[in-house]
Amino acid sequence: MPQIFHPSTNTFSKVTIFGGVFMVAATLWVLLSVERSSYVTQAQVVREQPVPFSHRHHVSQLGIDCRYCHTSVEESSFAGIPPTKTCMTCHSQIHSTAEMLEPVRESWRTGKSLEWIRVHDLPDFAYFNHSIHVKKGVGCETCHGPVGEMALTWREHSLNMEWCLECHRAPEKFVRPPEFVFTPNWKSEGDQEMMGKELLQKYDIKPSTNCSICHR
Amino acid sequence: MADQVLDKKEHSHHTGAPLIEPGHSYGSVTDKISSIVLTRKTPVAWFLGFSVAFLLLMVFLGSTAYLLMKGTGIWGLNVPVGWGFAIINFVWWIGIGHAGTLISAILLLLRQEWRTSINRFAEAMTLFAVAAAGMFPLLHMGRPWLFYWLMPYPNTMALWPQFRSPLVWDVFAVSTYATVSLLFWYVGLVPDFATLRDRTKNRWAQISYGILSMGWRGSAIHWHRYETAYLLLAGLATPLVISVHTVVSFDFAMGIIPGWHATIFPPYFVAGAIYAGFAMVLTLSIPLRKIYGLEDFITMRHLKNMAKVMLATGLIVAYGYMIEGFTAWYSGAEYEEFMILNRLTGPYKYVFWSLILCNVAVPQLIWFSKIQNSVVALFVVAMFVNVGMWLERFVIVVTSLHRDFLPSSWDMYSGTIWDWATYIGTIGLFLTLMFLFLRIMPAISIFEMRTLVTDDKKSKAE
Repeated sequence: MPQIFHPSTNTFSKVTIFGGVFMVAATLWVLLSVERSSYVTQAQVVREQPVPFSHRHHVSQLGIDCRYCHTSVEESSFAGIPPTKTCMTCHSQIHSTAEMLEPVRESWRTGKSLEWIRVHDLPDFAYFNHSIHVKKGVGCETCHGPVGEMALTWREHSLNMEWCLECHRAPEKFVRPPEFVFTPNWKSEGDQEMMGKELLQKYDIKPSTNCSICHR
Repeated sequence: MADQVLDKKEHSHHTGAPLIEPGHSYGSVTDKISSIVLTRKTPVAWFLGFSVAFLLLMVFLGSTAYLLMKGTGIWGLNVPVGWGFAIINFVWWIGIGHAGTLISAILLLLRQEWRTSINRFAEAMTLFAVAAAGMFPLLHMGRPWLFYWLMPYPNTMALWPQFRSPLVWDVFAVSTYATVSLLFWYVGLVPDFATLRDRTKNRWAQISYGILSMGWRGSAIHWHRYETAYLLLAGLATPLVISVHTVVSFDFAMGIIPGWHATIFPPYFVAGAIYAGFAMVLTLSIPLRKIYGLEDFITMRHLKNMAKVMLATGLIVAYGYMIEGFTAWYSGAEYEEFMILNRLTGPYKYVFWSLILCNVAVPQLIWFSKIQNSVVALFVVAMFVNVGMWLERFVIVVTSLHRDFLPSSWDMYSGTIWDWATYIGTIGLFLTLMFLFLRIMPAISIFEMRTLVTDDKKSKAE
């Protein structure tokens, strides 16, 4: 009876059988990496906006406070996107003819809002409130990254649930004294965890990891 | 010890019906079983059966497609009966699967040689029943494509499954069971695949069976490794026979629902599973031996033995029903008492009493040797048990839930047309796989049957 398979089949089957384990492991690893990559999460990816607004220019070079534009961040769940009026407080006088700012002036003339593209868009099944985080000492930069250094704005973090839980499970690693919440480039001088633990005591910070805190 | 085993063998050969009809040789056994797959014309009954099964499979496809479009609202589930057909059918199918592992693993370790001619298709039955069972929790999820959330893996939600939930234990129990059963079945098939590879004239069949037989040449080393692996797998599978349905029973027993929260549940469920499994093996083997003319290999002795196992486990199940009633009375808890009265005399009393008829009354016929010797009667009894075990799960699930602690939320439950379509559809899935298996794989273990031939000659020589 003739052989059905070429002798090389032996090697081939051994390699595929033993290699199968590694193939499965590698596939899983790739899938998990892709799921966390900026290709999927859009973290670190610049969003194109109707006007190329630079946080670097306004925050780092001019020193404007976050709250000048994002006015409701301390009282509301939503930090607030400034109306055209806020832009025009300065830009009616400064760079008032710059071509780059024409969409702003057009919005001002017509009364039609600028349509900014939202950079941090949480899914609707997750509830988030800015005011409580700001009040308890979570700095703007803790979540939003070094916004003052972004010429064009990107989202610093993935907004994956594991990222939220990183802080909710160990807030002492992230909280800062309330007076520094809006300070750009703030770094704790001593031991962050020691200071963090004191802050947790002092301000009664007890972030819950109960499902219905965010999924209401 | 060895002498004792030998004695027993001889004893069984002299008294009971034989395990294999006399006059068979190695060659004739191999010819007969492999010809079903390789040379014999596929019987008309196969085509008829397969068409019906495939039609039902299409019903499953249709009802699943509609379910994915509309969501689980098309099923009859609602408050207070949040668990209906989905769990009933899941438990029913998983239970049916149990006979396969029991026959292949436990009976192997206990050296019950009569298992040899039925273990192969009983194992196939197990696999297909587990596949059918798996459909229900998957579909009940609503978003079945996210099923992998039930597995512990480093996900972006930084969450683990709820390890305190018996439903998560179920995932592990059933997937382990499916894996071990598949391995056991496959390892047992390897020498037979090699036989088919060597006998077929068809090039494609040669290649396919060649790949499946993994280079089996039947050398002494091969046989040595095979025996070791098979015994090890049997050892692994044995605790699974007990553990899987125990965990399934925990789905109920861990809940503080009257009628569920009872310590009798694990043994009672395991016995019920073996009961249902043997009923299904009888249901399948009786037409199988008839259609393919395998009466020489699946003899009356096999049918009788299976019927006896059915009778024994049926009595354990009946004891379980009794204890349920006793516990309810002895507990003195008014909700337990109400539950059992509601079960016996409430709106679902007809279901309950039909269950008693099917599972407790009818199987007592097996005590009579006339029934034991009648193939038709055994088939009818097995069908009663198949139905009875489904009714049992219906009674456990529905009567415990539909009148709960709060009379204002009492309600009646019944399956919708989509519940029935999905259920009947999985029967189609099961039968389709079974028919395909019969067509392309040896339904009876060829090489193990050959060992019975040797024994026969030896005992004659002695």
